[in-house]
Amino acid sequence: MGYKTIVEDNIDVLVVGAGLGGTGAAFEARYWGRDKKIVIAEKANIDRSGAVAQGLYAINCYMGARFGENNPEDHVRYARIDLMGMVREDLAFDMARHVDSAVHQFEEWGLPIMRNKKKGSYQREGRWQIMIHGESYKPIVAEAAKRSADKVYNRICVTHLLLDEAKENRIAGAVGFNVRTGNYHVFKSKTVIVGAGGASNIFKPRSVGEGAGRVWYAPWSSGSAYGLMIDAGAKMTQMENRIVLARFKDGYGPVGAYFLHLKTYTQNGLGEKYEEKWWPQLQEMVGKEYLDPEASHLTHRPIPTCLRNHALISEVNAGRGPIHMVTMEAFQDPHLEEIGWHNFLGMTVGQAVLWAATNVDPKYENPELTTSEPYVMGSHATGCGGWASGPEDVSPPEYFWGYNRMMTVEGLFGAGDAIGGTPHAFSSGSFTEGRLAAKAACKYIDDGKAEGIRVSDRQIEELREKIYKPLETYRVYSNEVVAGTVNPNFINPRQGLDRLQKLMDEYCGGFGVNYMTNGNLLKIGLKKLKWLEEDWHNGMGAADIHELLRAWELYHRIRTSECVFQHTLFREETRWPGYYYRGDFMKLDDKNWHCLTVSRRDRKTGQYTMEKAPLYHLVDDKEKTAKAG
Amino acid sequence: MPTFVYMTRCDGCGQCVDICPSDIMHIDKSLRRAYNIEPNMCWECYSCVKACPHHAIDVRGYADFAPLGHSVRVHRDEEKGIISWRIKFRNGKKDMDLVAPITTKPWGTGFPDLKAEPAPSKEMRASQLLYKEPKYIRMDDGDIRTLKSAGLSLKAGVYY
Repeated sequence: MGYKTIVEDNIDVLVVGAGLGGTGAAFEARYWGRDKKIVIAEKANIDRSGAVAQGLYAINCYMGARFGENNPEDHVRYARIDLMGMVREDLAFDMARHVDSAVHQFEEWGLPIMRNKKKGSYQREGRWQIMIHGESYKPIVAEAAKRSADKVYNRICVTHLLLDEAKENRIAGAVGFNVRTGNYHVFKSKTVIVGAGGASNIFKPRSVGEGAGRVWYAPWSSGSAYGLMIDAGAKMTQMENRIVLARFKDGYGPVGAYFLHLKTYTQNGLGEKYEEKWWPQLQEMVGKEYLDPEASHLTHRPIPTCLRNHALISEVNAGRGPIHMVTMEAFQDPHLEEIGWHNFLGMTVGQAVLWAATNVDPKYENPELTTSEPYVMGSHATGCGGWASGPEDVSPPEYFWGYNRMMTVEGLFGAGDAIGGTPHAFSSGSFTEGRLAAKAACKYIDDGKAEGIRVSDRQIEELREKIYKPLETYRVYSNEVVAGTVNPNFINPRQGLDRLQKLMDEYCGGFGVNYMTNGNLLKIGLKKLKWLEEDWHNGMGAADIHELLRAWELYHRIRTSECVFQHTLFREETRWPGYYYRGDFMKLDDKNWHCLTVSRRDRKTGQYTMEKAPLYHLVDDKEKTAKAG
Repeated sequence: MPTFVYMTRCDGCGQCVDICPSDIMHIDKSLRRAYNIEPNMCWECYSCVKACPHHAIDVRGYADFAPLGHSVRVHRDEEKGIISWRIKFRNGKKDMDLVAPITTKPWGTGFPDLKAEPAPSKEMRASQLLYKEPKYIRMDDGDIRTLKSAGLSLKAGVYY
């Protein structure tokens, strides 16, 4: 195979994946590292990559301290209750105290943020969300990143991180291939900031056939943030904490603006409100500390998202589906109707396409809602990701090892989906985490921590061989059969993905089993996943460079899935009913599990070590009255 | 089928190939025009539709659940800073035009030149502050929030 090896050497800060986290990192790195070499490696095109590729209609994480609306600690309380207590409060507090400064800069760069004409503040959708005309949100932040970076490599699928051979457990760069030319790219770098994505498409989606691309989180989010970091030996946290979304059926259209701004609400197929009737049973499961409808009614304390999912799922299982979003009242107002449509056009065009195709006019018909398949991510309302150090002035000793947002591998930083334990970061919070990571990465270099890194040609060559193996497998065996996709020697990436999705769904609590799993199922699932991984290594065929991209995306998804299995098996309780259930431990168990879960996969043996990590509360429970929303 | 490309409008310029986040818009070598090689990995994100200079790309909803006969077209204009949509229903009863701003500035302006900024001081480097902070946090003279200023302290008695 005549692919060239292209080496980019002497990089100071390498940003892998330029979504909102990566663009934040590249942008900020230039300020603290004006003479440093900053390089971006992006799988797609930075102008339209990551979860925000098609735009956003809201920035879901904004304190509004300048308008006297919220303080960072308020946001920590909110994220904490929404995630049933499981939050890295130091990271969440740190993100929240900085996030507004990113948003104010977005506005300066031309992002149209709607204003509340009466108050003069930004137009609130809810307590934490502000409304934007965000079709070009991603191109705008990409512009800022491009101006900061020395080089932007588009269309590079990064497959592995490089490790230093002079010092154990230290990062040395990354490798990957160009999905256009096929060339092998080596990035030798003093630090790496992982801004890659969480995982869609590891659990079987509700969508089938041609529609399988209609998933809630972008189909190109292939769990690479986790695949890369786990392979590098980084500790991971909260990987069991997958998220299930209640969304408009089939199109996965967002509901936030509908609930919060349009004041729509849900009802069952009989036209009844149904949520409240499930609270007593749920309170039995999780305890009053986490579900207190009376307290929620009197204060701004939200009912955790997973519990509202549980009510929806239970109502449908009781035979009183479908669940409808009552839009007919709000949509009588032409202004709100327009907002309802713009909301989709700004971030989920597919839902507008679907409503046009099925003649759904929400003015005269209440659309259906349903719960999605699970997703593994760390930037939306859930906290999967790497076990990262917090900031010096906030974090207790167990949460701090020198550099903010640095993983347990030296010189490896993360942002967005890559950071575990910081739910509710969303776009602005991910960008902010990128900024924090970039400043810390520059400091790490200035402190002389990246001296004497050595990467042998052998490591680079071994990875090169690994990367192209699926092409070789295909070349050798494809002519053994007359034609078609059935071959006894290899499977293609799509076949592998189908197998992964089926086993994740059935054994790890997907929608097909009503999000239910248990220890026995998880162990069987792990065994089957191991076979899939073996098949990947020994029998993955890629017909061309595009299939090679899909093959490596599948690899990262497999690596992510394994970690999800291990974590789900380890946490012997049902912490988030409505996201998933451990049938053998159907109750929330604070006595044994009021802690964070941390895993580490041994790079050499593949063995997982699981541990409990302390869950420190920095923020008390006292909630002040919110002014926003 | 998610996206598809009209034969008579496409001139094979490759703008869609260049922008597609999912790497599924490719040029057919014999026809020298673009097409969607993997509809089941298409997010209907419209990035290619917006990028096509000839309006050659359109979207037909996923066959699995979207009946035929609908249309959602778009025109994105960076110079004017607006995006225009037209939504037509299958039954023809609804035909909507919607327009939204995409930027408040002439495209590509408003960004700082970070290399030209005064270099951060030693104190800044040692602090918790990021670029343009603390001013840009509250847009006033207020300082960054700390545990101390928030009146918070570590809560003991954490259990495993």
